[in-house]
Amino acid sequence: MKIKHITLVAVLIVMSFSFSGCATIPTGFLKLSEDSLEKRQLQIRQYDTEDETLIIQSTAGVLQDLGFTLADSETELGLVVATKSADATQAGQVILAGFADILNALSGTPSNASATVDKVQEVKGSVIIRASLEGGKTVVRITFQRIVWNASGQVNRVETMSEPELYQKFFDSLSKAIFLETNKI
Amino acid sequence: MRKFNAYFTIVILSTFIFVSGCASTQMKALDATESQVQIRSMQTRAFDSSDKKLMMQTVISTMQDLDFVIDKADLMLGSVTGTKFLGYASVVMSVTVRPRGETQLLVRASAQYGIKQVDDAETYQDFFNALEKSLFLTAHQVD
Repeated sequence: MKIKHITLVAVLIVMSFSFSGCATIPTGFLKLSEDSLEKRQLQIRQYDTEDETLIIQSTAGVLQDLGFTLADSETELGLVVATKSADATQAGQVILAGFADILNALSGTPSNASATVDKVQEVKGSVIIRASLEGGKTVVRITFQRIVWNASGQVNRVETMSEPELYQKFFDSLSKAIFLETNKI
Repeated sequence: MRKFNAYFTIVILSTFIFVSGCASTQMKALDATESQVQIRSMQTRAFDSSDKKLMMQTVISTMQDLDFVIDKADLMLGSVTGTKFLGYASVVMSVTVRPRGETQLLVRASAQYGIKQVDDAETYQDFFNALEKSLFLTAHQVD
């Protein structure tokens, strides 16, 4: 009877391994999603100038203003990539985790939820600047991504950032920077 | 006793599967799941255009539409590399644009999902469909 039990466990373990080990890649992740136009509008602004150099320089300046460091660029294609490490602590999350730990400790099952709260994030911004096809304008498109680590140094999540305010703030700062650049301030 | 033997066999077989399973060897570094010709044909398309820069800009905006964040680009080499996050996995894709004769451009996309090469023809077709759509937009000056 004991042997039977062990065998069953062994077979189950092997099965779970063969399922997870050869997991297949999902399909359809290179399909255009329905909200791609909406995202486009969030990520794109047009500026009434043909001076691409001015816009690229202003973009680099703005990224520095916002605490980013430049990671890569290809000016002929109008690409500027910048990264920034920032704090990712949320007061609410920390308090909840601490509360959970205390409750668990009181009930005799110690936990360490505090170690899993968001701690640090690395944000990557990628900007493409190019001449508008109608002429007379320059199109700027930025996309942001981030990796969030928890208090014990593990990756909590990776995501494309989609908050409209974030994009709004970037473009507001860019408009300001373009003004400053043109007036040589 | 016969029953015991049967179980024993199962355990031994299971152990073999366990050990060999999806295990990789050093040769897997250069391993590809499909033949070279098959991979090339599913990853490559020709377009009737000779404007490399415009094609690269279209590739970039298509990748952005598909939620990729562009990591690197090089006009001379004609390469664009971007990363897309899918849940906890990340997809890295490189697209190269190079001239084919005087009037055409060859666009080749190769993607990796986590640690695996994407070798699904349909996935690449999805990308080229999206690219075609963008080229259509470009041609008609919509965006």
